[in-house]
Amino acid sequence: MDKKLAVQIDDLTVAYNYKPVLWDIDLEIPEGVLMAIVGPNGAGKSTLIKAVLGILKPIAGSVSIYGKPYDKQRSLVAYVPQKGSVDWDFPTTALDVILMGTYGSLGWIKRPGLKEKKTALEALEKVGMLPFKDRQISQLSGGQQQRIFLARALVQDASIYFMDEPFQGVDATTEIAIINILKELRKAGKTVIVVHHDLQTVPEYFDWVTFLNVKKIATGPVKDIFNDDNLTKTYGINYKVSIQE
Amino acid sequence: MDIQEYFSLVFSDYTLRTISLGTAILGAVTGMLGSFAVLRKQSLLGDAISHAALPGIAIAFLITGSKDSNTLLIGALVSGLIGTFWIRGIITKTHLKSDTALGLILSLFFGFGMLLLTFIQKQPNANQAGLDKYLFGQAATLVESDVWLMTIVTGICLFVLLLFWKEFKILLFDKDYAKTLGFNTKTIDVLITSFIVLAIVLGLQTVGVVLMSAMLLAPAAAARQWTNSLSKMVFLAAMFGAFSGVFGTALSASQNNLSTGPVIVIVASIFVIFSFIFSPYRGLLFRQIRFIANRRDLELQKTLAFMYRIAETHENISHPHAIKILNNFQGFTRKTLQKLVDKNYVTIDGTMWSMTEKGFETASNLYNQQVVKYE
Repeated sequence: MDKKLAVQIDDLTVAYNYKPVLWDIDLEIPEGVLMAIVGPNGAGKSTLIKAVLGILKPIAGSVSIYGKPYDKQRSLVAYVPQKGSVDWDFPTTALDVILMGTYGSLGWIKRPGLKEKKTALEALEKVGMLPFKDRQISQLSGGQQQRIFLARALVQDASIYFMDEPFQGVDATTEIAIINILKELRKAGKTVIVVHHDLQTVPEYFDWVTFLNVKKIATGPVKDIFNDDNLTKTYGINYKVSIQE
Repeated sequence: MDIQEYFSLVFSDYTLRTISLGTAILGAVTGMLGSFAVLRKQSLLGDAISHAALPGIAIAFLITGSKDSNTLLIGALVSGLIGTFWIRGIITKTHLKSDTALGLILSLFFGFGMLLLTFIQKQPNANQAGLDKYLFGQAATLVESDVWLMTIVTGICLFVLLLFWKEFKILLFDKDYAKTLGFNTKTIDVLITSFIVLAIVLGLQTVGVVLMSAMLLAPAAAARQWTNSLSKMVFLAAMFGAFSGVFGTALSASQNNLSTGPVIVIVASIFVIFSFIFSPYRGLLFRQIRFIANRRDLELQKTLAFMYRIAETHENISHPHAIKILNNFQGFTRKTLQKLVDKNYVTIDGTMWSMTEKGFETASNLYNQQVVKYE
């Protein structure tokens, strides 16, 4: 492959208790792709992201980001967790949540200042949420909350973005707004990895895809490998999707 | 002594001043830290920690034979910390949920503590009486050195809180995300928990093992009702806690020396009840009022919209119609009609109504206004 590798995963195995959730995953993600991770519920899609980001400790295997371990490359990676993973009744505002994206580069103790605030406001504008900057986060709709999470990751100004179901429970307008931002990121040379559920939109949104069901089934360009054969292998049933060119 | 007398004495009388200062500082520090416990959904952790401290007090007494409060509190601190880390261990190492772990440790330690207390009471040692004050607390036993200790701990706690404010906040809101940014969430976690244990142990002498968790939760729960900002919430909780301490002490001193701890807890609970009902955004009362007002507004608008649809079929919008035809429209009452007349949207002539220019204009824009209102 002539392209640089953004993420390289070798022999990754993760287990919560006895049963492995991910088994011996080898995965190479080239730089600059917009990749979907698809697979049934319980296939380990979120777990894969969490293991790569060091939130979960794998039993075996290694992950490298541009050839170095994740610990050394944190500033190159941004993360959008599942919307349901936090308590949205937490007493804080939209702008405040986005400022959290700057905490990593600030390090311990140092507080966000004017510069960070400016970056946060720009990110808010980008996701179309500027009028809501002082809104208490519980008073935002599901789609707006998702945009806030996206903006928080944008603030990190990373090279690789991991997103856990950013389209979950959002309306069509928000979905389009989000995918446009993701495509913009790709255009800027960033690598975007998205846990995705809607198989119908895979060919339209993404150029790279990984099929996952505890084991890696297949990975590669959507136009080459997004077919009934791989879908059936991944989901276990005869899956028919029409792929539009 | 009545309340007035208390407030005139509080600055001159040594005992009263010591106790009031002590309970105020205690209320402030527990309110502050309680905000974190409440937001982490660890409300019951305080209860478990305070109960877990009891055997430590008994063992410290058995070893040293001294009833010096600092010695006993060190015992309480150690067993409180052991209890806390066991709880964490149970949650991470087994399939048990946190409420089960908390309940288990709470009853185990408390049972063991009570067993030791009864054992101590059976001893032929004249010095043994009075340990049971740690069950319900006895503010009257506070001395100046106790208050100093509380002040120092509160000061350190405040300093650490301000220093690591950003780290605490992100840990509370989104722990996994904090981890990906490179923060050692375990360190922050241990820091918060240790301070909560410390604050609880400090309060045992005053409020007691059984009621201590209320000091942690009540001010925080009340404060959450009034604000949507974390810093304001922590500040308010500290204020509510301090006021509960002072008012509780005042009440107990003025009413025949009622037991101070329970009175403080009741005052704090009154803050909670008041906040639940009367806070402007989250409070029950104003929420209900807003709900009813909104409903009325909508009813009125629906009636107007219904009339608009009738009026718009005529060339002359003010063409009179019978009031009777409105009767089969749900939500129509004489009262809503009168309100529409008051707003100059319609006019009534006998049994007929007709729409005004203004009413027609408003009605044709109703939906757009709704959209603007809720944007």
